[in-house]
Amino acid sequence: MVERKIMLLHYYTGIAIIALVSIHIAMRLIMPFSESLEFSNVLNNYKNLPYTISLELLLITVAIHGFNGVRIILLEFKQGKAWESFVKFLTLILILIVVAWGTRTIVLTNLM
Amino acid sequence: MSRKRHKTGIKAWLKPYGYSLERWSYFFQRVSGVVLLLYFIGHVIETGTITGGFEVWLNTLNFTQNPFGHAILLIVILSGTFHAINGIRLYLTHQGYLLGKPERPEYPYYPKSFSRAQRVCFWLSVSIALVFFLYGFNILFGE
Amino acid sequence: MEKEEKVRIKVLRFNPSKERKASYESYELPYIKGFTILDSLLYIKENLDHSLAIRYSCRMAICGSCGMLINGLPRLACYTQLSDVKRKEIVLEPLPNFPIIRDLVSDFEGFFEHHKSLKPYLIRKGEEDIDENKREYIQHIEDLEKYLQFSVCIKCGLCYASCPVASTDELFPGPQALSQAYRYIADNRDNGLEERLKLIDNPHGIWRCHFAGSCSKVCPKGVDPALGIQLLRRYLMSLRKPKKKLAEVYRRAY
Ligand code: SF4
Ligand code: FES
Repeated sequence: MVERKIMLLHYYTGIAIIALVSIHIAMRLIMPFSESLEFSNVLNNYKNLPYTISLELLLITVAIHGFNGVRIILLEFKQGKAWESFVKFLTLILILIVVAWGTRTIVLTNLM
Repeated sequence: MSRKRHKTGIKAWLKPYGYSLERWSYFFQRVSGVVLLLYFIGHVIETGTITGGFEVWLNTLNFTQNPFGHAILLIVILSGTFHAINGIRLYLTHQGYLLGKPERPEYPYYPKSFSRAQRVCFWLSVSIALVFFLYGFNILFGE
Repeated sequence: MEKEEKVRIKVLRFNPSKERKASYESYELPYIKGFTILDSLLYIKENLDHSLAIRYSCRMAICGSCGMLINGLPRLACYTQLSDVKRKEIVLEPLPNFPIIRDLVSDFEGFFEHHKSLKPYLIRKGEEDIDENKREYIQHIEDLEKYLQFSVCIKCGLCYASCPVASTDELFPGPQALSQAYRYIADNRDNGLEERLKLIDNPHGIWRCHFAGSCSKVCPKGVDPALGIQLLRRYLMSLRKPKKKLAEVYRRAY
């Protein structure tokens, strides 16, 4: 039943990402496009707490959805006990690294 | 009697033609997913540089805000929109919606699962992706 | 008299016990109206080359033993007319994803193993009539139609040959086995869900289907395995405890 839960997570994160990405893109479009990447504007974005929370959620959901996708591809690519535990391990590690790196950005910008 | 292993292998993933529209959907969903994941990793690294301060961020902008970077962004917009809308379609079809119910097969057989509804959704995802692509093109390369 | 029309048939020849590499051999034969690919192969075997290995039995798309790649698409040789294949040269190869025994004959052992592993028979539990056999299992016509389409499968393996997942994943049961699992789970006389669930719901089970639809495209009997798989997946996604029978879940939906 584990696989079923993982795949349900895959579907649900997919739906959540659509909503979260829309917010993410809207934040770039509500100000004049050319200014949206200016240093102070980007920093301010990170300091806007509700938006930051949505960013963090986006980070986590995309990491799960994306790397689970990679896991699916790798499982279909090759079979075998050792390979499968390696894939499981790899997926978890990659999710953790990317989430950690993104969270670091969010935390540090809030301290700046 | 010896037998020879005869799996098509990864070639079957990369060869979407010859079957039905759903095979193309499968192919593009996968390709766009990989593209998006690569972009996502790059994007997390890219935005991470802002913690280095003003100078470093300017550097990053120089690196990404150019025609080449914009072209990549356009591919990401295309893949992203397609992946999202087609993803909804796949979510629905994986749940058996849009497909119709089983019935006695009548010759000439036409698969129920190739229903009008889900094919329209596929073309919808393609066209919405194109619209967003053109919109993005206008913003990034217009003026 | 007008000149006789000809067809060229290129066949993959391979005998793994003797040769290391496969090779193609071309035959030229008269184009006879109404001939199927199987008829042409038999013509070759009779008149041109006795050593060609093929497998067939019913010649009418019932037994499912003559599946092969015809110009790159899995089809039944007996169910494909020469005129269906609008090309001067017809290329015949053994079904992919099945080990080759010889020439166009492939080994279905693994395919049938997948089929068997999903217990393609009615499983009755907690029913006193099981061994008494006093009466038949009564079924409403509507309940029959829920799975009837999937029960006409002839196990020809064309769907398995076309499936991109089965092309790389040995452990994936394949469209045929999964749609048969649906056929029995959707049967309201069956109680075998628990026993099948472990094989369906594992890292190489039903979730590896991505609805590429190729199985339904090539199926010669209109089984539409992709539909069965999606309906089964819908059921798995909606599973809550205590488990309801699929027939009950769908009673309202249909
Ligand atoms: S589902 Fe169709 S293609 Fe697959 S084995 Fe059965 S009859 Fe053949
Ligand atoms: S010979 Fe029986 S299916 Fe073709």
